[in-house]
Amino acid sequence: MTQQSSKVFQSAKEALHDIKSGNALMSGGFGLCGIAENCIDALSEMDVKNLTVISNNIGNSGRGLVKILIQHKIKKAYCSYVGGNPDLEKQMLAKEIEVELVPQGTFSERIRAAGMGIRGFYTPTGAGTLVAEGKEERTFDRPCILELPLHADFAIIKAQKADPYGNLWFKETARNFSPLMAMAAKTTVVEVEELVELGDIPPEDVHVAGIFVQRIFKGSNYKNDIEFLKVKGE
Amino acid sequence: MTWSKEQMADKVISLFDKDTSVNLGIGLPTLIAERIPQESRVMIHSENGVLGVEGRPDEKNVSPTLINAGKETIAVGKGASYFDSALSFGMIRGGHLDYCVLGGMEVDVEGNLANWMIPGKKVTGMGGAMDLVHGAKTIIVMMTHFNKNGSPKMLKRCGLPLTGLNVVDLVVTDRGLFSIKENRFKVMELAPDVSKESLGISGELLS
Repeated sequence: MTQQSSKVFQSAKEALHDIKSGNALMSGGFGLCGIAENCIDALSEMDVKNLTVISNNIGNSGRGLVKILIQHKIKKAYCSYVGGNPDLEKQMLAKEIEVELVPQGTFSERIRAAGMGIRGFYTPTGAGTLVAEGKEERTFDRPCILELPLHADFAIIKAQKADPYGNLWFKETARNFSPLMAMAAKTTVVEVEELVELGDIPPEDVHVAGIFVQRIFKGSNYKNDIEFLKVKGE
Repeated sequence: MTWSKEQMADKVISLFDKDTSVNLGIGLPTLIAERIPQESRVMIHSENGVLGVEGRPDEKNVSPTLINAGKETIAVGKGASYFDSALSFGMIRGGHLDYCVLGGMEVDVEGNLANWMIPGKKVTGMGGAMDLVHGAKTIIVMMTHFNKNGSPKMLKRCGLPLTGLNVVDLVVTDRGLFSIKENRFKVMELAPDVSKESLGISGELLS
């Protein structure tokens, strides 16, 4: 396979050409770290709405997915944390958006389960809290609740490097939810800072095997925003 | 005299055994990463996917892709590792971490913790807190003793929506260090000149 791989696209809009209103969309990143900046910009310019978005923070500090949130393109959101996202908190309290808050480990595992073909799992996380409402309970060594997988039509994720087959390599903590989302979505769109040759990522260092990736493009103009800059001796 | 944030962090650090692992929640607990002495060899875990956090970076080593769960830039030490969120929470839920230090809005004598929402007013979301309280071997809550309205946060029964049931082992506030045993807050240490009576906790809940 060469650079003419059928997986390689020229731009975010081309890679997302068939996303439709009402689709379920997973979006990688923790806060603003490792978000698919180019895909989010493209979605802010495309005519899609009523999206169900599955993302840990739905953007933060007025940036990232907040771009499409304030355009009211999101109907329902699954996330674990809205602190740091005042736009989402506002829409949520005004009931302009339906939000399901999911404990972060359960959130990860539900996405992983979807990708791994697991139909459900029992976890102690959330037992005895609001999260348990309406869920099947079962006691093992302690009370647990049944959690179900989270699937999506599309995932948009960002990696540092991809080869034309879609093998991915992430930098530092930018990996977070992205490998799980790549497995869970029907169509995974990956934007990268470096599109490398096949074989350039040593097999031992592949973080996501290309089988989980359907579309790749080389992104541009990355901001890589830092939310809270902390340095030694401050 | 009450303990400063730094003194509270040092108090928590004094509870750690050598060669252990700890997850630090956002807010007050992140101070621990900056103050923990290297010789304690405690590996710091952050649930966004890193083990081996070592405080703040030098200005020249700041990386936008290297952050903690509070979205603050961090540094890592030798022996650090990165992983995805599912594996990170596997470390937590699987019981592989020794300690977890979380912030709190309310803690009660049954070891219940509330720290994720005030109905109708404030929604932050639970983040990883609900998983953490069921994972780490010892759960430590680090918080101010009184809330902004001056009410004590250590109670007979939490009023706010819970993060977890029967999960808290130890509480460190600016007034003292407490363990939770047999439906009581057991005073392990009080800040200088702080009396039991000034804690805002009724006597029958203290031991």
